[in-house]
Amino acid sequence: MTVVHIPGKKSRHIVLHALSTCGWCQRTRKLLDDLGVEYDYEYVDLLQGDERERAIKEVSSWNPSGNFPTMVIDNKKCIVGYREDEIREALQK
Amino acid sequence: MNEQEVAVAEIDRLYEKLFREAESAGYHLNPDVEFTKGLVKSLIINERRYGYRACPCRLASGKNKDDLDIICPCDYRDPDLNEFGACYCALYVSDAVRKGEKKAGSIPERRLPPAERGKETREEGTGLTGLSLPVWRCKVCGYLCAREQPPEVCPICKAKKDRFGRFM
Repeated sequence: MTVVHIPGKKSRHIVLHALSTCGWCQRTRKLLDDLGVEYDYEYVDLLQGDERERAIKEVSSWNPSGNFPTMVIDNKKCIVGYREDEIREALQK
Repeated sequence: MNEQEVAVAEIDRLYEKLFREAESAGYHLNPDVEFTKGLVKSLIINERRYGYRACPCRLASGKNKDDLDIICPCDYRDPDLNEFGACYCALYVSDAVRKGEKKAGSIPERRLPPAERGKETREEGTGLTGLSLPVWRCKVCGYLCAREQPPEVCPICKAKKDRFGRFM
């Protein structure tokens, strides 16, 4: 499994780097689902080999701590963690 | 069998065990049972995947040696409980959070990023204290004991022997 596309309202270009086992990652996905927006996500813990390395590098380039969930909006803004208010605000504008 | 399929009974069994162990040692599981059981399920998945209960909210390497600090309960749980009222996953929470006086949220990562790991100055003691026995410290909960070897399992937090470091 690599990047999964979730169709929805076109708003921002959202890429969510997450872990399949992480509670905050689940909450973040649920928030995006509830907002009904279009987004892509990937579960880095399910990736292997080169794909995994590629994903880890990409996450670190946005968020040097390399932790999850890391959400990248419009290739410009990055939100780390389940920050409900911050995510809602970023997607409203 | 699909890795993601975990029987409800298995989740309930581990949940009850972790709940008992936590309460008996002065710790608390998150009272949001649905959220907590989700994390317990993830611990079971990680145990199958890696052979140990790696933190569900961190990316494990799969190498036991490199993941020791994030085997649940992780080395960062107690400092995070003190500072934020919850561990990184919010599986464990403070008494204030358990009572609903404070809310658990997504907190910053205390673990060092990969490039900086292993560079921390070792806190391990030198043994130059003239004590008749070495003193071992549990890196999870801080329990100290003076004996030839650390115990197989920490009597306080149930962390395994390899989580102990020489303190004095």
